[in-house]
Amino acid sequence: MIAELINVSKQYPGAEALRNLSLSIPKGQIVGLMGPNGAGKTTLLKLLAGLARPTRGEVRVEGRTPDRLAKARIAYAPDSDHLYPWMTVGETLAFMRPFFADWDQERAATLAEFMALPARQRVSQLSRGMRARLRLVLTMARSAPLILLDEPLSGIDVPSRSRIVEAILGQFQPEQQTLILSTHDVMETEALFDRLILLEAGQVKLDDTADALRNQYGKSVRDLLEEVYR
Amino acid sequence: MHFEFDPALPIYQQLIDTIKRAVVRGELAPGDRIPSQRELAQEARVNPNTVQRAYREMEQIGLVETARGMGTFIGRAPDLIPRLRREMAEAAVRRFVQEMRALGLDNATALELVAAGLTSTAADESEGSCK
Repeated sequence: MIAELINVSKQYPGAEALRNLSLSIPKGQIVGLMGPNGAGKTTLLKLLAGLARPTRGEVRVEGRTPDRLAKARIAYAPDSDHLYPWMTVGETLAFMRPFFADWDQERAATLAEFMALPARQRVSQLSRGMRARLRLVLTMARSAPLILLDEPLSGIDVPSRSRIVEAILGQFQPEQQTLILSTHDVMETEALFDRLILLEAGQVKLDDTADALRNQYGKSVRDLLEEVYR
Repeated sequence: MHFEFDPALPIYQQLIDTIKRAVVRGELAPGDRIPSQRELAQEARVNPNTVQRAYREMEQIGLVETARGMGTFIGRAPDLIPRLRREMAEAAVRRFVQEMRALGLDNATALELVAAGLTSTAADESEGSCK
């Protein structure tokens, strides 16, 4: 197991984001974290990234409570922008590099090229889709054992979505990495996931391998989700 | 290679079937190199573990051979193509029989229909080849 949550609750003022949730996430898989807005996906990722603490219960990544030091082993891409608008793409890559011991410069360059990101363009002039691509480059350039991507596909153009899915598949190393990706739809992701975790109102509604779910329900993950959330 | 998936069926099985069909049709010949697992994952947009499972099973049934450092190739066993063709034909027959049973047809009628179907298809084909 790369990560475990044991009886985890997370209370925000006026809202309970996660309710007594337990989960085990095996190593070496691409995991789809699904559920409608407000189901608790972002909270769950932040707990795993060590950016938030549970109100009750226990979170473990590689057997330890994720803290400031754990950031060296966890690559987290938030759904909002954390990029400096006045930097160029090239400057952003150069700026981020020294923060991470596991940064692979060659991979960063390959990815930036694959994502068609011009090194000299300013972040402020990138489209929403291109910024999402840049965030993915920054995350996948690292060799972290745990990669967390919060809604990398939402609200961006179809070509960017396809590129992002292809880049994930081309760079993911199942022997030494685990990737958790949250999304509220499954347009391009039907064949992407090993495992699916469906959240609803802060609890786990389904948790199984994608093939087992297809087998059990005799339908695509996409159709299954439509049925579950109807 | 073009991949289109029925998302309701296991994807590794569909990957294997795509390669099998390509071999039986002659689009891939024994000894031909096929994409690496990583290349295929990216190209077909399929999870790398799913691709790995498909490659492992294809090796087990002799459909492909992996040479370390060289890549993965279509198997060279002389009986590979006839064996695959027979397997796929048998699978098609099983589906056909199931459908006939579901329709309530007896064996004699089913056989009659098959014979008629084969004759008319043969006629279509020779007609087509004249054009």
